[in-house]
Amino acid sequence: MKKLVHSAWALLLVCALVLAACSSNNDGGKSAGESPAGGKNSGGSGAGTVTLTFWTFNELHQKFFESMAEKWNAANPDQKIKLEATTFPYDDNHNKLLVALQSKTGAPDMADIEISKIGNYLKGDPQLVPLNDIVEPEKANLVMSRLDNYAKDGKYYGIDYHVGAQVIYYNKEILDQAGVNADDIKTWDDYEKAGQQVLAKTGKPMTTIETTDQWSYWPLVVQHGSDFLDKDGTVKMNDQANLDVLTYLQKLVKEKVAVAAPGGFHHAEEYYGFMNGGGAASVWMPMWYMGRFTDYMPDLKGKIIIKPMPVFKEGEMRSSGMGGTGTVITNQSKNQEIAKKFLAFAKLSKEGTIEIWKQLGFDPIRSDVWEDPALKETNKFTDYFGTNLWDVLIGVRDEIAPTNIKERTPAVSDVIKTKVMFQAINDLKDPKQVLDEAAASIK
Amino acid sequence: MTKFLYSSRIAPYVFVLPFILSFLIFFAYPVYATIVMSFQEVLPGQTHFIGLANYKDLWNDRFYAALWNSTRYTFWTLVVLIPLPMVLAVFLNGKRMIWSGFFRSALFIPTLTSVVVAGTIFRLVFGQLDQAVMNQFRHLFGFHTINWLAGSTTGMLVLVVLATWRFAGINIVYFLSALQNIPDELYEAAAIDGANAWNKFRRITLPLLKPVSIYVITISIYGGYAMFTESYMLWNGNHSPNDIGLTMVGYLFREGIETNNLGFGSAVGVTLLALTMAVNVVQLKFFGLFKKEE
Repeated sequence: MKKLVHSAWALLLVCALVLAACSSNNDGGKSAGESPAGGKNSGGSGAGTVTLTFWTFNELHQKFFESMAEKWNAANPDQKIKLEATTFPYDDNHNKLLVALQSKTGAPDMADIEISKIGNYLKGDPQLVPLNDIVEPEKANLVMSRLDNYAKDGKYYGIDYHVGAQVIYYNKEILDQAGVNADDIKTWDDYEKAGQQVLAKTGKPMTTIETTDQWSYWPLVVQHGSDFLDKDGTVKMNDQANLDVLTYLQKLVKEKVAVAAPGGFHHAEEYYGFMNGGGAASVWMPMWYMGRFTDYMPDLKGKIIIKPMPVFKEGEMRSSGMGGTGTVITNQSKNQEIAKKFLAFAKLSKEGTIEIWKQLGFDPIRSDVWEDPALKETNKFTDYFGTNLWDVLIGVRDEIAPTNIKERTPAVSDVIKTKVMFQAINDLKDPKQVLDEAAASIK
Repeated sequence: MTKFLYSSRIAPYVFVLPFILSFLIFFAYPVYATIVMSFQEVLPGQTHFIGLANYKDLWNDRFYAALWNSTRYTFWTLVVLIPLPMVLAVFLNGKRMIWSGFFRSALFIPTLTSVVVAGTIFRLVFGQLDQAVMNQFRHLFGFHTINWLAGSTTGMLVLVVLATWRFAGINIVYFLSALQNIPDELYEAAAIDGANAWNKFRRITLPLLKPVSIYVITISIYGGYAMFTESYMLWNGNHSPNDIGLTMVGYLFREGIETNNLGFGSAVGVTLLALTMAVNVVQLKFFGLFKKEE
């Protein structure tokens, strides 16, 4: 009997321990602020090493920040930081962060938020730290429209990696076979005619259009002077400009000048294989897509030329800022000041933005470094696309149309990805009806 | 103190305490919180009650699409995943079955695979290009290539095939365990009375499999309405074209997490709970589980 009692108590103890283990700290990593420095303001005198936690969904971003932490420690020996970075899958990163901020526990010091998700974090009272005191001193050098995407009520909450300038990539080999000169393509009408010529001469489509993503559609809408949402966040995805673009894209598909992207979008394995084998003569994607060419379409090396986008009407902007990822600091961080300084060092300073180009191949948000000799140095991108990469970007410097990123952006981008593109390009439904239904479905 | 410890009235409570605690902490409290949140607009720092607004917003095309998909999926899994494993189990249990051990393991192994891996493999098997396995298979019979995951019917077919491949094994195990509990004397007696194989199956096996069948039907209904990961993996995320793969849980995930509207997501969750309960109560009543055993 005594034995039984002992066993019962032991069992109870074990259960209590297990429950305690489950209910405490389930975020896998250690919570922030365990540095000996502690306290809100660890600025200054030899506070020892401060630990900063960082969550991202892209391993390259993690590597970039880790290298910047080393540089920071070399430059600031009296205020060293220890960066504990973790890379999660895309959805996990955003969901964990959302739940941690909602439940007010377990969030990291810093995190990456992709642009189509930022709206979720700006709802209500943003649980993020305003970054105005590091952004404002640099205002003159930054492409500010890229920071407005992560702002609410005049407060900047996130800092992007890149401008994401929209460009068009032509396969020069196919254009030469068809006798088309890329520099003659100024408007979308020219583009369509050139496409018909390519199709007639080579039997290949001029381009591919995504059916399950937004990159074939959104940049054209923005360059054409509209957007999915207007400045105050109301839905305008069924206005005339949207209709023009969707109708144009559908026309290209009907003429067989364009085909639906194999695999549904420009990041599918099937698409890489198709394009790598010279499947289509061009594709329009932002600058950050260069890395996909170098890594997944090696056979096109030396054949791809980068040009500004065609326009619908003379005088419209020839590029737009597309996509992006903002690094934020959460209000649960115990070391907000030092996190801010480090973030400014990594993503706003001249040195940091040059590293962004060197390591990630992104067009930095500091426009004053675009002409810096450091960007002319050879790397895998200049080897692949040639050294005049930056001339295109500098040429369209003042023509990068901004997007409106608002709280409804996640919902709108979802309906574009699941309904609008597929119905217009795959089902060939009437574009007006498609857009009206989509706009009506957004609450 | 010793009196308390040795009390035979207290002891059972001590023994069930761990379960009660974990139930309260990990189930009862979250359910309660979900029900409360379904009447709120949940925003960081600005959560407030909005009455029935979330439930009013429920009645939209997307919700209907999700409900319709989940219901169709549940229906088809019931149609396929009850009779097929039952028949297979009867064969595997038969005395004349050769290699029954091998077949048992072969049919059970898919249950052990991760749904993420299985979903990815099936996505490639049912790919849209000419080289995809199932399109190659169609070519053998002279059919042309189709884009399996772009149509509502073919998409559902892929989901049901995946479910069959994964869950047939576990249902076979349930039925086998029930079959092995049927005493041989019954079959012997029936044989003496001149019953043939069909009559034995129809008059002895089927009625005695009823309790297990009810159990399998109940968990299949729950499993069908709770399906999410398969669809998520097949369409490479929660974004199937025209919502052909959107399930109730997918809709909950989209509204609650992907667009950060936890109040509305909770309303979807509560509705799903009520719906599964209702379907199961009807089903159990129909099969007479609540009837007193004679």
